[in-house]
Amino acid sequence: MMTKIAFVRKKEIPPSAPPITEVGLIGWLRQNLFSSWLNSILTVLSVYFIIIMLWDFIPWAYGGHWNTKSLRECLDLDPDVACFSVLTARWKQLLFGLYPAEEYWRPTLTFIFLLLAIVPILFPKFFRFFWFSIIYPGLAVWLLWGGSFWSISIVYVGLTLGALFFLTVIRRYLKNYMIAAILAFLFTALFFLFISNPLVGLLNVILPISLPFVESLKMGGFTLSLIVGVTGIVASFPIGILLALGRQSNLPVIKMICVGFIEFIRGVPLITLLFVASVLLNYFLPPGTNFDIVLRVVIMVTLFSAAYMAEVIRGGLAGLPLGQHEASASLGLTYWQSQRLIIMPQALKISIPGIVNTFIGLFKDTTLVSIISLRDPVGLASTIRADQKWNGIYWELYVAIGFMFFIFCWGMSQYSQYLERKLKTDK
Amino acid sequence: MSSPTFPPSESFKFSMLLSDTRYRGMSLQVITFIIFMAVFFWLVDNTIKNLALLDKDVSFNFLWLRAGYDINQRLIPYTSDSTHGMAALVGILNTLLVAFVGCIIATVLGLFVGILRLSKNWIVAKLMSAYIEGFRNVPVLLWIVMVFALLTEFTPAPRAFKGAEPEATMLFFESIAITNRGTYFPAPVLAEGAYWLLLCFGLSIVASIYFIRYANKQKKDTGKSLPTFWVSSVVIVFPTLILFFAMGQPVSLEYPYLKGFNFKDGIHLRNSFLALTLALAFYTSAFIAEIVRAGIMAVSKGQSEAAASLGLRPNKIMSLIILPQALRIIVPPLISNYLNLTKNSSLAIAVGYMDVRGTLGGITLNQTGRELESMLLLMGFYLAVSLVISSFINYFNRSFQIVVR
Repeated sequence: MMTKIAFVRKKEIPPSAPPITEVGLIGWLRQNLFSSWLNSILTVLSVYFIIIMLWDFIPWAYGGHWNTKSLRECLDLDPDVACFSVLTARWKQLLFGLYPAEEYWRPTLTFIFLLLAIVPILFPKFFRFFWFSIIYPGLAVWLLWGGSFWSISIVYVGLTLGALFFLTVIRRYLKNYMIAAILAFLFTALFFLFISNPLVGLLNVILPISLPFVESLKMGGFTLSLIVGVTGIVASFPIGILLALGRQSNLPVIKMICVGFIEFIRGVPLITLLFVASVLLNYFLPPGTNFDIVLRVVIMVTLFSAAYMAEVIRGGLAGLPLGQHEASASLGLTYWQSQRLIIMPQALKISIPGIVNTFIGLFKDTTLVSIISLRDPVGLASTIRADQKWNGIYWELYVAIGFMFFIFCWGMSQYSQYLERKLKTDK
Repeated sequence: MSSPTFPPSESFKFSMLLSDTRYRGMSLQVITFIIFMAVFFWLVDNTIKNLALLDKDVSFNFLWLRAGYDINQRLIPYTSDSTHGMAALVGILNTLLVAFVGCIIATVLGLFVGILRLSKNWIVAKLMSAYIEGFRNVPVLLWIVMVFALLTEFTPAPRAFKGAEPEATMLFFESIAITNRGTYFPAPVLAEGAYWLLLCFGLSIVASIYFIRYANKQKKDTGKSLPTFWVSSVVIVFPTLILFFAMGQPVSLEYPYLKGFNFKDGIHLRNSFLALTLALAFYTSAFIAEIVRAGIMAVSKGQSEAAASLGLRPNKIMSLIILPQALRIIVPPLISNYLNLTKNSSLAIAVGYMDVRGTLGGITLNQTGRELESMLLLMGFYLAVSLVISSFINYFNRSFQIVVR
């Protein structure tokens, strides 16, 4: 007896479309905004909050006045909208401080060159242009402060000669790095003591290239923030690495000095250090010395963030397995070789977020110089508000300044996330 | 980091001090030490010479001289006849007050924002990351002046509260007044017998701590868990409440009221204090939120899955498995953020709050001309705070960190 199977499906049933509540816009809303009653309440509250914020902000900012002569005039026109005229009137000051108006091209050019100079460092694809990043610091100093071209370039000449001397000694005469370094240092010192000045004088006579000198107190606005911030960032990184290595070192004297330095700097607020720079430093230097206030601030900010940098890098060093040190030592690498080839690349990679956070912190801390009455954007904001024409203005200035800082800092944090993704070797 | 060493193949030569790894470390240290001491003595020598040129000496006697300036916000009695030392103490207490209140607000806000940032709710997560990025990427000094501007420019003047139909009203049943001169809260007034109440409250807290200990011991011994939360809340609240009514309400509230053009009585929090504390708390809370998020995310997913497979309920997984592990990661950076907040409170000068930098490092320094001594004391104070806090972190790390070789 054959059972007749009534029906056998030959083809697979095409999958039915998922319910409309699970896909598309509705599905997304259900999953992400209204998955439970608590989430629904949160969503409604957030939307309400966003709406009331934008409700006030958009008409205020969109209808803002840009071309009035004073705050009074703005209020007469329409008191409920922004008075951005203060930015139209004073943007040059916010960007350049008291820099002479006919020389504005110099800080502008310096800034453009800065962008060009960091490209080879940020993106390895352009590493062949690294020579520009090396000559940039000297170029920037010359453009910003002016003076003779030769007195800046002689520094480069001296350092290059010193490096060549070091390499020649190592290649030709003796294999000891430390003695060669000491000799090269002496050689460079002799060059700067006895040869550089007459040489600069001679070059100034033969081919005078110079820009009008601009004194440091004229610098201000974002130019000043960038001078202090960028110099601090560039200088604090290597110092931070050395301090971190010193703190991890097994030479007790060096370790003690590094620990003392780091803990002291980290224990006091930056503002007291800036105060030391502006008030007390004259006590510690030979009577009669008086050096540039911007330079003093840069040194203090650099030392400050170097201490933080050292702790961040120490965290990275501590994060490495001990086996890495032992393995590199058993391969016969010297201390510096193993640091350079094995330890540092890994430790720095681990500490990228912390390093960039320190950079961001340093850049934000440049606003503190306003307290020792240098004219950074925040200091300038109070100067502008003290002007009778703009007395009583707050948000337009603060929002603009905050926005500028936000762009720089946020850009840095985005780059650090990109770098982390790029350097990720596991997974 | 051991450096390779080689057996001696030749007798000692002078150049080995620099080339032989056995001696190199020592000679490097000797050189460093000599340079360090030379720089140190050079600085000290310069300072002595400079002081001699200015005809100054180093003395801390100014601390016992009459200060001659007023401080409007103070926690201890102080008048302009008090000494500079007293002014410094007022400043120190003001700094600690801002730090203490700021840390509490920052922790609560930071926990809240950090947990919400991990929410599956898209819009809430985005809103919280906007909060974090906004506060982290703008200088704290700017936040301080902005919050100060908000408090002084957008709040009504005390006279707006006047009249039959005032432009502004007090909040919470006529108890809190937010004005452009500061915020006024009701102040508790202790009548006779209030100290018994405080004593009773203290004893209840001690009792509840003992109960929690007992409950934990019970749980370890028998596996049964007692309702600690309910019992301890009852123990803390009820005896004090009963005593409060039994003694005829010895603690009452003194409400602020308008007199003339200003508010009288109550607790007056000045805008300078509020702006500084709130701005520092908001700013720090953004960092704390990131720490909390990182701490929770660092506990691997396997942990909560393993706990679930052991049969633990979600709230037990959170309290017994995830939080203890997350806290080990969260607490050290959290405390160092407290330290940052304390140090950032030295920006008080931007809003005219008299913290220790404003009194000792500000007016006292300018009046007496004792820059060196004032700055030394100021740095000493901040260093002491930071050393106490970092030794606490070290203690925490030693007791809670996983031990590696």
